[in-house]
Amino acid sequence: MEEISSLMHGFAVALSPMNLVLMFVGVVLGVLIGVLPGLGGANGVAILLPLTFTMAQTPGGTTSAIILLSCIYWGALFGGAITSILFNIPGEPWSVATTFDGYPLAQQGRAGNALAAAFTSSFIGALVAVVLITFLSPFVARFALQFGPPEYFSVYLLTFCAFIGMSKGNPVKTIAAMMLGFALAAVGLDKVTGQLRLTFGHTELLKGFDFLIAVIGLFGIGEILKTLEEGLEFKGTQAKINARVVLETWKELPRYWLTSIRSSAIGCFMGIVPGGATPASFMSYGVAQRMSRQGAHFGSSDKPQIEGVVAPETAAHAAGTSALLPMLTLGVPGSPTAAVLLGGLLIWGLQPGPLLFTEQKDFVWGLIASMYLGNIAGLIVVLTCVPLFAAILRIPFAIIAPVILVICAIGAYTVAGAMFDVYMMVVFGVAGYVFSKLNYPLAPLVLAIVLGDRAEESFRQAMLVSQGDLGIFFSNGLVGTMTVLALGLLVWPFLAGLMARLRGKS
Amino acid sequence: MSDFSGRPAATVRVVEMVVAALIACGGSVVIYDSIRLGSKWAEDGPQAGYFPFYIGLILVVSSAAIFFKALRAGSRATFVTVPQLKLVLSVLVPTAIYTAAIAWLGMYVASTLFIAWFMWVLGRYSVARILPVALGVSVFFFLLFEIWFKVPLPKGPLEAALGLN
Repeated sequence: MEEISSLMHGFAVALSPMNLVLMFVGVVLGVLIGVLPGLGGANGVAILLPLTFTMAQTPGGTTSAIILLSCIYWGALFGGAITSILFNIPGEPWSVATTFDGYPLAQQGRAGNALAAAFTSSFIGALVAVVLITFLSPFVARFALQFGPPEYFSVYLLTFCAFIGMSKGNPVKTIAAMMLGFALAAVGLDKVTGQLRLTFGHTELLKGFDFLIAVIGLFGIGEILKTLEEGLEFKGTQAKINARVVLETWKELPRYWLTSIRSSAIGCFMGIVPGGATPASFMSYGVAQRMSRQGAHFGSSDKPQIEGVVAPETAAHAAGTSALLPMLTLGVPGSPTAAVLLGGLLIWGLQPGPLLFTEQKDFVWGLIASMYLGNIAGLIVVLTCVPLFAAILRIPFAIIAPVILVICAIGAYTVAGAMFDVYMMVVFGVAGYVFSKLNYPLAPLVLAIVLGDRAEESFRQAMLVSQGDLGIFFSNGLVGTMTVLALGLLVWPFLAGLMARLRGKS
Repeated sequence: MSDFSGRPAATVRVVEMVVAALIACGGSVVIYDSIRLGSKWAEDGPQAGYFPFYIGLILVVSSAAIFFKALRAGSRATFVTVPQLKLVLSVLVPTAIYTAAIAWLGMYVASTLFIAWFMWVLGRYSVARILPVALGVSVFFFLLFEIWFKVPLPKGPLEAALGLN
């Protein structure tokens, strides 16, 4: 049980007074970000990333910095539920499924119960995922130590094909969005040959496109523009949450133990295989609806079900948390927010991947321990401060929107201290608005910008090893399995579509 | 879903086709530059333009598929109504002007003016409400970035005059 002792060591690192303060600050900031339109987990962390530069340079500072940023992420995961239940506005894409039963419950005056159920099940989902990370990640890291370029490339391939295979929408649009990301990643200096690609003589393009800018623009500005269409007013119900309501809900929750287990499993799976929190929440809601005896009442306005809040929230939080597992162990993020955290690690001078577990033990186990503590902190904060956060949404949009736009502009500028990035942010914002209205998925686009260069690098390194023979991707059991699995996921939606059409004809 | 009923400014079908065409243009640019760089398979593996070439190709092919699907059976539903579009533009255009203004007014002055404009035009607030919010936010960010975290943001003539550079 080496993991237990490592974890205890991690708790010792994470439990310093400074880190505990940062944890609460992070969670409060995160819930705030999750509640505000236009700011979410991914772009919120991206905007705050530059503020950690100085913090990370002090001894032990990288651990404090990652604790702050990851707690912002937990807070954002919690915060999404507040707006979904009280205002019927999903603060985050993964809380869309929470609105189905959460908002009707709030309209019936049971907002407190719905919120308590959402927070508690989020916490349980996260806890399951953290336990999984604790015991699985050292194993995965040890395993990944033997990875060479072909193995890494097959992991990247699997990541991208999983997006196509698991996406609910049009697979062609997923491919187009992803390829746009790859094209943006290709801009700039080619590390292997030293040639300039796609810069057309513009010096601003030499360093390529930073995915943090894309994240701030696509999710931040795009989201604001989309929110605008719905008008400038938020109409919400009042939140009353007190100890009695919480206890009452906690008494009811054990009834849904099976839903919790199922949703946690779906969430963890979708988080590790980069499906992401959003599809996980929908999938879990759908499964719960089919399996539950009360399934017919799910999402109805007269008899909404607490179980319909439990299922998506558990899965979303489990997926959001477990997305950090491949990020830490392989350096392959499973979600845009995990990608932003990975960007942070790189900026602080840490190389994510299997070596992190042997060379940066304090950092890794401090982070994992902080996941337990951060989620407890999160649960306490959201259960006690809901009215406060709900009040923030009552600040008129004409005040909150320009402030958020200013925050986005500052965030984009501070990434690299370049005005060009701020202009690009606006362009990405328009793209994000149009893309999300046309159902182009944004997560694969962002991950392609992050991983594009590295996927290409590992492919070309593998080619150097094999002297141009593609057979290297099938040369041993491991890499072969992953490649075949990836290709299977790639063709699956097209096969499924074809089969559905054939069946329709016959 | 929306309170802004009104004349549709564009249908989903048209926007779908325009976006697909733009993506195809982007893809063509990528292909063009990749051919210049060399997009063949050399003895030691792919050349610099090899990957971008296929990325561009897939972009063109997938956007063509989206384009023709929209042309054939695109949804005639409203993408955005005229009042909605006006509202979006009334935020987008000032945002674009704001980002352009940062370069010569500095981050803090531009942000103050932007927030003030936004509250005045879209929120119809009185000057007594606008001034404290707009100034307060900028002063807060100045303290946060310049003093506390020591992250310098672009500064303009006002900061120079005040000797805050």
